[in-house]
Amino acid sequence: MSLVRIPPTLRAETNGEREVLANGDNVRELLDDLTARFPTLGSQIISDGGIAPFVNVYVDGEDVRTRDGLDTPVEDASTVILLPAMAGGSS
Amino acid sequence: MPTYREFLAQIRSELDEIAPPAAAALADDATFVDVRERDEWDVEHIAGAVHVPRGRLESRIEQAAPDRSAPVVVYCESGSRSAFAARTLKELGYEDVRNLAGGIVEWKRRGLPLEASQGLSPEARRRYSRHLLIPEVGEEGQLRLLESKVLLIGAGGLGSPAALYLAAAGVGTLGIVDADAVDETNLQRQILHDTSRLGTPKVASAADRLRALNPDVQVRPFEERLTSENVDRILEEGWDVIVDGADNFPTRYLVNDASVWHRIPVVHGSIFRFEGQVTVFAPREGPCYRCLFPSPPPPELAPSCAEGGVLGVLPGIIGSLQASEALKLALGIGDPLVGRLLLFDALSATFTEVALRRDPACPVCGDAPSITEYIDYVEFCEGVRT
Repeated sequence: MSLVRIPPTLRAETNGEREVLANGDNVRELLDDLTARFPTLGSQIISDGGIAPFVNVYVDGEDVRTRDGLDTPVEDASTVILLPAMAGGSS
Repeated sequence: MPTYREFLAQIRSELDEIAPPAAAALADDATFVDVRERDEWDVEHIAGAVHVPRGRLESRIEQAAPDRSAPVVVYCESGSRSAFAARTLKELGYEDVRNLAGGIVEWKRRGLPLEASQGLSPEARRRYSRHLLIPEVGEEGQLRLLESKVLLIGAGGLGSPAALYLAAAGVGTLGIVDADAVDETNLQRQILHDTSRLGTPKVASAADRLRALNPDVQVRPFEERLTSENVDRILEEGWDVIVDGADNFPTRYLVNDASVWHRIPVVHGSIFRFEGQVTVFAPREGPCYRCLFPSPPPPELAPSCAEGGVLGVLPGIIGSLQASEALKLALGIGDPLVGRLLLFDALSATFTEVALRRDPACPVCGDAPSITEYIDYVEFCEGVRT
C-alpha cells in the first residue's frame, strides 16, 4: 500500500481525504485502484488512457513522465503526489 | 572552422569602427551602448552611455535605443565583445552602428570623459544597512537591486507581499500589471490595499503604498489585463524578473510563452485554500510552465475554479517566497528554485519538494516548438476568484 497525497482541488472526489492508501506495483495499477474506489477522480486525472496533460504524478518526488510513465514502479513505502495545475493567486 | 581570432577579424572587417576622438564628437547625436558586465560598468563608463550587457542585448536594446536609424556607438573594454554586439545590432536592423576601436581603454588613454557609478548615498546606506551587512549583498548588490526591474503580474494576494518586500528591498523599478479595482473581499489577504482604497484601481493603490514605503522605487503601473495584444509591449520594457501571481490559466500560459520568447525568468506562485506552490521558470536553464502542464485543463475540469477560498496568510507566505526568489535572481546569488517545485501545506505546516525537468517535447521551449504565437485561451474562471 502506497500513500497518495490528494491535492485540495481534488478532495471533493475523495470525500475530503487529504491522503489515501492505494494498491499497485506501478502507477497504472495504483491509479486503477484509486479510480475504482473514487470513480469521479478518474475523469480528473486520466484522459485518453493516459495521465491528463494538466495533471502531474510524482513518485517519491520525481515526475513519472520523466521515468516510465504509467509503468513507473511504486514501492510500498513510496509517496505518490497528484498535482493538477492550479491558477489561483491574484484577485 | 575559424579560430576565435579569425572569426573576430572577420566580424571586424564587416563593421564600421570609430576611433575615440571621432566618437566623442558624435556624443550629442549617438547613443553609446556599454555591453560589458555590471561590475565593469560600475567601476567606470563613458559619460552619458547606457548599460546593456551583451547577454541582454536583444531584449533590452529597443528600450535603450528605440530609433533604429539613429547612430549607435557600441563599446566594451577593448573592442572585441562589442564587435559581436555591433553585429547583432546590425542584424536587428540598426542602420548606423559603430564599434569603438580600442574600447573604453583607448577612450581613457585619450583622456576623454568617464564617469564612475555613484555609490550609495548616506540615506541609502542607512535604509539598506541590513542588506549592506550581508556579504552576499553588500553595496554592490544593493546598487544592483536599485538598478533592477521586476514585473509583477497581479497586485492581489501574491503580488501584495511580493511588491512590498521588493520595494522595501530597494528594487529600483517595479512594474505592476492589474486591471482590477480594490474590493472588500480582497482585504482579508491583499495587504497592499486598505479600506480607504475601496473602488480604487489596484495599480494606483499599490503605487501609492509602495512609494510611501520606499521613495527610491519607481513604480510602473499597467492598468490593463495581460493579453496577447499587450504582452510584448509590456515585456519589451526590459524586465530582469517576472513575479507571476495571476489568478487564471489564460494569463499563466500567456506569461509563460512570452517569458520564454523574451527570455525573462518567471517566479511562479499559486495558492488554493491552505496550500501553495512556488517555482522558478528560467528560460533555457530549466523547465517552463508548459513542460509541467502542456495545456490548461478543459473548462469543466478547471480545478482552480471549482471551489475557491484561501487562508488569508497563505499568499503572504507564498508571495514572500516569490519575493525571496526574485531578489536572488536579481542579485545573482544562491540556488533559485529552477527545476524544483516547492509545495507548502499550512495545515500540516510542511514543505515538500518535487523535481521538475525540461521536456524536450515541450510545445514552447522544447527542441521543436509547435507553439510559436500567443494563444488566447478562453477565460473560463470569470467571476470565480480565488
